[in-house]
Amino acid sequence: MTDITQALAEIVGEGYVSDQPEEAYFYARDPGLMPAHEPDYVVVPKTAEEIQKVVRLANRDKIPIVPMGAGMALTGLVIPLKGGIVIDMKRMTGILAINEKARLVIVEGGISQGLLKAYLEKNYPKLRHSIPDSPATATIAANVMIHGQGRLSQQYGFNSDMVAGLEVVLPSGEICKIGSCSISPDWFSKGAPMPDLSGLFLGWFGATGIITKVALKLYPKKKMRDVEIFITDMEEIVPDIVHELTYTEMVEDITVFAQPLPMIFRDNHHITIFFTGDTDTELEFKRKMVWDALDRFIKSKDGGFMGVPPVMKPTLLDSPQRSVTRFADVKKGGGFEYSGPIILVEKYPECSRKIRELAEKYDLGYSGMARIIGRGHCMMYGFAFTFNRADPDMMERTRKALHEVSEYALEAGGVFWKPTVNEQKMALDKMDPNTRNLMGMIKKNIDPNGIMNPGNWEVN
Amino acid sequence: MDKENCLGWLKGGKMYALNFDENLCTTCPTGDCLVKCQYMDVEKDTAVEEMVKISRGEDSFVFKDCVTCYGCEEYCKRGNHPFYLITERREEKGILTSPRAITKQWINIGEPQGKYRLGKVKEKVLSFGFMPEFLKWVRGRLFEDVMPSFIFGQEFFCNVVYIHFANTSIIKERLPMVVDNFKKLGVKEVVFIHDECYGAFAHLAPAYGIKVPFKSIHYFEYLYKRLQELKDEIRPLNIKVAYQRPCSSRLSSDKHHFVADIMELIGVDLVEREYQGENALCCGGIFSMCFGYDLANDVQKRNIDDMAANGAEYCVFNCPACQSTLGEKVAKRGIKPVHMIDICRMAIGEK
Repeated sequence: MTDITQALAEIVGEGYVSDQPEEAYFYARDPGLMPAHEPDYVVVPKTAEEIQKVVRLANRDKIPIVPMGAGMALTGLVIPLKGGIVIDMKRMTGILAINEKARLVIVEGGISQGLLKAYLEKNYPKLRHSIPDSPATATIAANVMIHGQGRLSQQYGFNSDMVAGLEVVLPSGEICKIGSCSISPDWFSKGAPMPDLSGLFLGWFGATGIITKVALKLYPKKKMRDVEIFITDMEEIVPDIVHELTYTEMVEDITVFAQPLPMIFRDNHHITIFFTGDTDTELEFKRKMVWDALDRFIKSKDGGFMGVPPVMKPTLLDSPQRSVTRFADVKKGGGFEYSGPIILVEKYPECSRKIRELAEKYDLGYSGMARIIGRGHCMMYGFAFTFNRADPDMMERTRKALHEVSEYALEAGGVFWKPTVNEQKMALDKMDPNTRNLMGMIKKNIDPNGIMNPGNWEVN
Repeated sequence: MDKENCLGWLKGGKMYALNFDENLCTTCPTGDCLVKCQYMDVEKDTAVEEMVKISRGEDSFVFKDCVTCYGCEEYCKRGNHPFYLITERREEKGILTSPRAITKQWINIGEPQGKYRLGKVKEKVLSFGFMPEFLKWVRGRLFEDVMPSFIFGQEFFCNVVYIHFANTSIIKERLPMVVDNFKKLGVKEVVFIHDECYGAFAHLAPAYGIKVPFKSIHYFEYLYKRLQELKDEIRPLNIKVAYQRPCSSRLSSDKHHFVADIMELIGVDLVEREYQGENALCCGGIFSMCFGYDLANDVQKRNIDDMAANGAEYCVFNCPACQSTLGEKVAKRGIKPVHMIDICRMAIGEK
């Protein structure tokens, strides 16, 4: 056992530290396409204080630190590019407080989406949080850190917009509270009416600190949910359809997808519309509002509601939607990756054309999928490709296609979501110089030794 | 049975045209095809006039107002094919009934992909068409004299549904291939478990001069005979049911009497209601896809209100698509949805 390993063991306990190749192998990679790089150590702390001590140790010896949730981002954000210590947050799964009337919950930094969902369903059936369509093991903290989106994003924006406070271990080792909780016992706002310091951490992928607690806004959970799918063969009118739908204020979530397989989906764009109600009357009222909003497209024969058979509904209403994993295995071999720029909804047609062009050029299976954020303020458009992990040529073609997506996304006015390190560099290159300098100043001041997830958001 | 092979057969074959006799319309004493229509308000003289105009390729308000319920195929007692003609003319004129995306989706769904399933096919075979529900529902003593002789898949899908979408071209292209696929199996008798498939081979194919080299049997007729054979095992159900007649049943109206015959045999009270027989209302599934919320909702509400008002405890479905569309809605009104096969199985103690 090295001195560092021994020191880490003294902090977290011997059973929760490793410098062995078995752990190094697994913590060197994520399920995406980025090349692996092994850490030197892995620790699994139980408390913020343990993290604090690990960070102080790392800072003293200038050892890189990479905080990790479930490692589901696919873009290599938790791959320890410069080795060092991976801090696996999975033991910090506490639900610390819940305020039913204010619809707020405070959780620890390693709790998964699935665990919080199950807890709320059991104890607070009228409350819910915005669940992304990632596997249920994905963590709350990592998801808000990457500005994830979920089932309520059409109504309330990015999942990071639903944060009501943070506790963060700074690179210097201090434990810092962000938001109302910094001066009040109550966690209800991440910033307002004070300066909003959450922006120093959200979106930084752990390069400025480690989130150890999150206060999250919860939302009403109605007794019933239903889904309708509006289809059109005209990609040009998808933005208009979304505009009409968001105007109704009746919809929980809107996603759009287009893919060539299975045959039922070929040739069309599918606008999937989720809505909720406490009674049949409420549900039917919303359904009628939604149908009426799109009636002009039905009349012009440019689109229509497909019949959603009862057997299909459980899959669609699943939250998170596990059907994504089936898509991931279309080519067999379980490979799946997507680049998902955040971009204006009006760019849907050109994104749609681009993915078809790339799929044809590189001979890849694809799905173009979008999630509407806010009332049509923007969308995440996922350029998703599926590949066989046992086929190096197919993996290389996927890499090339995704690289072209990155270049295209920037040209089209998009902003990378959970960007790879290469995409971060592309974004920094294109960024307004003053903004880039500001980011550099923040990073340099908050993490002078550059130990926090090095390689990410590095302004040179 | 590959697609290329079938296409070769078609290329070397002939184009099919609808057998329609305009004289039957000009001399029609009733104009029933449009007079009886539940979705248009038309007098006899206008009805005759419009059908003649349609026959001659002229414009007609019917193209706009027809909701594709198939009803006129039953109302016309003179053996003409008013709905097929309306459909032909709509297609010629490019008048869409459904949004293009819906039509494309359905055409894609029905495209043969070599994923068909065959049981131990004998000269007599059950056809499930392309209704996956039947793979689960068709079982038990009612079918033991034929099963496991069955076929399922797009290669055996009748494609008749496309008349809802004003697209007979695809039917004329695919139906002969389907006939050929049956022919290659050497079957002599086909019991169609979906009555739209029965309608395809017993009604639509002859209307277009497509020869069918096997005997088509409607599953109602088959069930009735089997229940008679199993008569000693029938325990009267003593329940009140409403029957949801599908659009496709208009293509096999001569088999409709089997509904009452079967219900009587299994001790079920088929409630008298306004929307039965020729006056039956569509499930609304196609209406919603083609025309939007209001028409479908109105038809469904009237239909279910009628079932409830007449004391139905169960709603018996013939078509799985109707059951998929209306099943949950009738259940919410306290009426149990059940398929014809299942209620017959209930009567012999299998459910």
